[in-house]
This record gives sequence, C-alpha cells and structure tokens, in this order.
Amino acid sequence: MDTLLSRYRNITVLLLVIFAQMVLLAYQVKNGSDVRLIRVWAVTAVTPFARVIEGARGGTQGFLQNYVFLRDSRAENERMRTELGRLKLENQFLKTELATADRAKALQAFQQRSLSKMIGARIIATATGASASAVFVDRGTTSGIEKGMAVVTPDGIVGKVLAAYPTASQVLLATDPSFAAGVVSQKNHVRGILKGLGHGNCRVDYVQNEEKVETGEWFYTSGDDRLFPKGMPVGQVTAARPGNPFQDINVDPAGLAGGLEEVLIILEGVHQEIPDLKTSSEPVYLAPPLPSTSGNTQPAGDPSASTGGAPNTPTLSTDADRLRTHYQDVSDAQNHKFGDNPVGSKAVNFNLPVNPGDKPAAPKTQAPPAAGAAQPAAQKSKPPADAPAQPQTPPAPKPQAQ
Amino acid sequence: MRYSDEHSLMYSQRDTQISRFKAWVLLLVPLAAILFQVYIPLFFQFLAYLELPLIVTVYFALMRRSPIGGLFVGALVGLAQDSLSKNPLGMFGITKTIIGYVAASVGLRLDVDHPLIRLILGFFFFVLHQFIFWALSRGLLAQQVAFETQRTLVLGLLNAIVAVSLFHFLDKLKERA
Repeated sequence: MDTLLSRYRNITVLLLVIFAQMVLLAYQVKNGSDVRLIRVWAVTAVTPFARVIEGARGGTQGFLQNYVFLRDSRAENERMRTELGRLKLENQFLKTELATADRAKALQAFQQRSLSKMIGARIIATATGASASAVFVDRGTTSGIEKGMAVVTPDGIVGKVLAAYPTASQVLLATDPSFAAGVVSQKNHVRGILKGLGHGNCRVDYVQNEEKVETGEWFYTSGDDRLFPKGMPVGQVTAARPGNPFQDINVDPAGLAGGLEEVLIILEGVHQEIPDLKTSSEPVYLAPPLPSTSGNTQPAGDPSASTGGAPNTPTLSTDADRLRTHYQDVSDAQNHKFGDNPVGSKAVNFNLPVNPGDKPAAPKTQAPPAAGAAQPAAQKSKPPADAPAQPQTPPAPKPQAQ
Repeated sequence: MRYSDEHSLMYSQRDTQISRFKAWVLLLVPLAAILFQVYIPLFFQFLAYLELPLIVTVYFALMRRSPIGGLFVGALVGLAQDSLSKNPLGMFGITKTIIGYVAASVGLRLDVDHPLIRLILGFFFFVLHQFIFWALSRGLLAQQVAFETQRTLVLGLLNAIVAVSLFHFLDKLKERA
C-alpha cells in the first residue's frame, strides 16, 4: 500500500488539491456567497503596493510636468505676465476656467450639486483576467463603502461595488455581461434593463418592438433596481432596431467614455427627476389659421360673430362646436343652466331666437345668414354662386305648436 | 537493470539540473506578476492579454522539476489571481494547479533551457490554460462563453515570445550551485 501511494504520490496530491478547490468552488456557487477571508487577504496584500506605485507614478508625472517639461513655458508665462498686465486678468480668468474644467473639480462640483451623498474614489487597479470588466478603487469599508453601492461620474453611471474590503473596493463596470440596471428613455419613457456586452458598449433589454426608441436618445436610470437613484444619465442610443422577441438597443455608456480615473460612490442615493428634452421647451412655429373667407363659414351662434368678432378669436370649425355654442346661447337667452335646474322646471325652447331680431332656427340646409357680425362678413366677401350651401344652424327639432 | 534502479537513475540525473531560488524570489516574482496584471492595464490596455502569472508559474514549475512543488505554486498563484478577479475562488486556482503539475512533469523529461523549447512550451501552456479555463467556465459555472481559437493562438504566440524573454531574465535570479 505504501509503495502504491509513493509511486502515485504526485498524481494523488494533484487530485487532492483539485478536489479541494472544486469543493471551494461548489460551496461558493451553491451558497451564492464568497470565501471572503481569502479575498480580503489577497486584496489587502496587493492594493497597498498598487497604491504606492500609483502614488509614485502620480508624483513623478506631476514633477515632470510641473518642473521639467513646463520649465520654459512657465518662464515664458512669467515674462508675459510682467510685460502684459492687461492679460493678467484674462489669464487668471482662463486659469479659473481650466481649474473648473479639471476632472477632480468637476467631480466635486457634481458632488455638491447632486442631492445624493457621495464620496470620491480613485481607480488604482484592474481585476485580473483579460476580459474582466472590473476595477479596484482606493476606498473601502473604512470609508463607508458597502457592497452594492452605485458608482458614477458626472457623465453617467460607471458600475456598482462588487465587493468592499478595508482598504479598497472592487467595482463591476457597466460593460460587464453580468451587470444589470433599470433604465428609462428620456423622450418616450421606455423602460428596460441595461446589460453589458463584455466590450465597450451596453444593450437595453426587454423593450417591446412596439415601443419607440430613437438613435441618439438618452437613457437614464429608472431607480427601479434600488441600486442607482433615478435620473442618473446612462448613455446615448447608438442603434435601435426590431429584434426577436425584444428590440436590439445598443447604448454607449457615457460614464465610461474617455477612460476612468476618478469616480464617485453613492453612499445615500436620492432620486431625481429625469430632465426634459430641451427641444420640447423650444418655441415651435405654427402657421396662421385659415382665414374665414365667407359668411357661411361663420355659424349663427359663433361668439366672434355675435360679439362683433375680435380678429384673434379662434373660429370654431366643427359642427359639434357650433351646435354646442348654439345650445349654450339659447339656454343663456332663456336663463337656463344645464344641470342646475330643478326637476320639473320648464325645458329650453330651442326654436326661440337667441336675439330679438333673430328668426327661429329651422332645419333647412340653406338658412338665412345669422344676425350680428355674420351679416356684414357675408356682404364683404360673398361666396361664389355655385358654392354649396352649408348649414349654419344645427338641425333643430320640428316646430311645436305652443 | 531493474525498473526501480532505472527510475532512480533517471531522476537522479534530472535532480542535478533542478534550479533553486531564494525565498524572496519565489514570493516577490509571482506577486510582481500579479501586480503587473492588475495595475499596468490601467494605462496600457492591450497588456491585459499578457498572462504574466501563468508565465511565472510555468517557469518555476519547469525549473524546479517537482510536480508537487509546481502544482502548489500554480494553486497559490491561481488563488491569488482569483481573489483579485470577479470569478469564484478556484477557477484560476484549478487551472494553474494543472498547468503547474504538467509543466513540472514536462520539465523532468525535456531540456527546458533551450529558447526554442521554451517558446513552444510557452505557447502550449498558454493555449492549455485558456482551454482549461474555458472548459471550467462552461462545465462548473455553466457560463455560455465561446472559445475563440484564432485569438487564443495569436495571444499564445505573443505570450510565448514574452515568456522566452522573461525566462532569460528569471534565469539570472537562480541560486548558483
């Protein structure tokens, strides 16, 4: 037995080590949890080195940029300041503008502007594996970071905290295939689920083909996932086409454009409204309404006709409008209010003229012109003789003997 | 000559070729390789395709010529890599355990000091690594990932070229007999 074991010692150890790791793997997959201790050790061992290297790189780069590469330009700038006093103020102004445009300042400004409570973080490493869409940031549980917190930039969402360790946190980027977030389109408020594609772009899933999504339209977080607060920009639609069973919508994530250096982690999210489209508030040109060319287009009960006809008063155009206005005038003339009269009171006589000079309305197709302004209007521009006569009054009930 | 004598002789000859390293080399080189993988791609994204932890594992396994030592180096480097990835612990661990074992077994039978042999081995172990990882992802995690053969072969060649250069550098860290 001993000889057998010693002969197959290598393969036995190999199988044991693989078996132990498979048990570890199975435990994680089955429980959906992680063996946190091992990760904490590894992250705590590696991230301080990454932090030191990043600090050294930043310091070296800053030194080179500030003292070596810009030595001549700084001296030149000093000369210009001395010689051109007028440009001093302008230079100062531009410097302020540049400083405001600086990414860190922009982050800070966004942080102050936003209602959500956020904390800034710097990316110090990427996750291992060539296709890994995850990074490490230099904020951990000691800074109040917890698993599942949203990570954003002023441009848009970046991802979510996958794991928080004492000195650092791992952030799953929005481009990872396992990432998902609830989103809603800006224009038509179409809801969907944002998912990563594993490379630069994302897609929006579960949008019915009947829903209208346009290329160039913005998607915002919907807040439904309880991960990102509502109203954070996500990205612009680069392509939207019908698919089976849902639309194929590609989105370019705005938060990941142009490389990541600093991010904000949302500690306490506050939902915000999705901004309206700018185009909706812009004035829209409307052509002037059609001119009333003849008296027969002016109904008898038209308010503009009975009151002298203000030029800007919109003319009623449909038969239903004319009928309603006529009934209103008839009821007003008889001091009748629809819906307010007690039961048993006298009904409105629709055959009585509205004004003393008016004739009772009759169900004729060629009625006489109405009183008031309709008459002069008819005199000013007479319709062609062969023009079809239009009814000016609604078909009234048959005259009753009173 | 009996089998056991022949066996002993073969291994004793190989034993004379076993390379030894100082403890700090065994500790710092894999750590540096992992640091390289997590930090450098921040600035040079194409370098994410360089599997330095794998190259280092293969090197130590080949040079130490001990299957058990090789598999443990592979397991530790792989688990450290897993800890810094989004994968469950064990994916890189199992992969590199197998790689470490196979590399050490190959090291017992081949002259691994020749650059051409190193180039071929570097290519072979990269492809094998990618294949095992792909098989584990599909088999154990039920992930529907595709094995990109063409891409793997090209990356394998690039990693092999880097491996030859790195092996040459790491040879200088060997303890002299």
